[in-house]
Amino acid sequence: MSLLTLLFGEKKKTASIAKERLQLIIAREHGTDGRGADFLPALQRELIEVISKYVAVNPDDIKVQLERQDNYEVLEVNIVLPDLKS
Amino acid sequence: MGKTTTSAAFASGLALRGFKTAVIDFDVGLRNLDLIMGCERRVVYDFVNVINGEARLNQALIKDKHCENLFVLPASQTRDKEALTEEGVEAVIRELEHMGFDYVVCDSPAGIERGAIMALTFADEAIVTTNPEVSSVRDSDRILGILQSKSRRAAEGREPVKEHLLLTRYSPKRVDDGEMLSYKDVQELLRVPLIGVIPESESVLHASNQGTPAIHLKGTDVSEAYTDVVSRFLGEDRPLRFVNYDKPGLIKRLFGGK
Ligand SMILES: Nc1ncnc2c1ncn2[C@@H]1O[C@H](COP(=O)(O)OP(=O)(O)O)[C@@H](O)[C@H]1O
Ligand SMILES: [Mg+2]
Repeated sequence: MSLLTLLFGEKKKTASIAKERLQLIIAREHGTDGRGADFLPALQRELIEVISKYVAVNPDDIKVQLERQDNYEVLEVNIVLPDLKS
Repeated sequence: MGKTTTSAAFASGLALRGFKTAVIDFDVGLRNLDLIMGCERRVVYDFVNVINGEARLNQALIKDKHCENLFVLPASQTRDKEALTEEGVEAVIRELEHMGFDYVVCDSPAGIERGAIMALTFADEAIVTTNPEVSSVRDSDRILGILQSKSRRAAEGREPVKEHLLLTRYSPKRVDDGEMLSYKDVQELLRVPLIGVIPESESVLHASNQGTPAIHLKGTDVSEAYTDVVSRFLGEDRPLRFVNYDKPGLIKRLFGGK
């Protein structure tokens, strides 16, 4: 450690990283009862049902995905609508 | 980390306050409480012997050397955790109640297997011992979930087990340096009322070396902090101590010194 950092205390706060990570993992384990994001298949099924009421979609063309970013989660739903020409 | 140290100190603290107290080691196969309490040479019968009917409870209870009204029930060193049956554990705890014990302190093993489940099943109150460190906080969160689902109180739909958070091996300096989760962080994460913060200290090693629960090392921070925990448990107000770091002055920082 240099004299300057000793004097002015330039600190790397790993404790705050720890806290953010714990917030995320605890929220997840509570929300899903520790079983991971296993509501995704059901969500996908229900989405297909709803969307099929309005558009004729192929079940395989609906993709649901949960992605973790630094301190938030992104639920990504991708729906490919049928080709209009056919 | 710190469950056995805490069980020994806390049970001793209750006894010092005049309560007839028993402390039971649930860590079957890896017993340690007897060493921390300093009664390892007096172990004849153990918890599993009592459960199996090979010894009577009062033959297995070891009277503590420091406190008149404190008794230790050691774990078995040779059996496996499956030896702890729910009926057996319940019978022992009921019998202690009949013998006039005010408090029964159950020292849980690590993890979430049989020993830990049995230690919490009959609890009225739980002191969840946590270190300010990611894996420990997460484990504590899981144990809290198990308390809320597997305890007798939960199973019978009675009033839930009263939860307390005890943070131990706490280093105010490292918290100040941003290297360690603060007690506020941990409390915010786990959302359980804080019953105390025990500082990281060499005196815990001195205590275990001698087989004397740390609360008996008069004048040490750890002893005072555990005494505060016992007082708060008994409903008394005690301000938090040993959680702030006094920064050394500039001169001290430049020229070292402890
Ligand atoms: N406040 C403390 N300061 C320093 N060391 C501690 C403190 N509390 C516990 N320890 C040490 O941590 C280790 C594990 O403690 P122990 O109480 O046996 O944990 P557990 O029963 O949860 O496995 C032991 O070496 C003990 O001396
Ligand atoms: Mg232990």
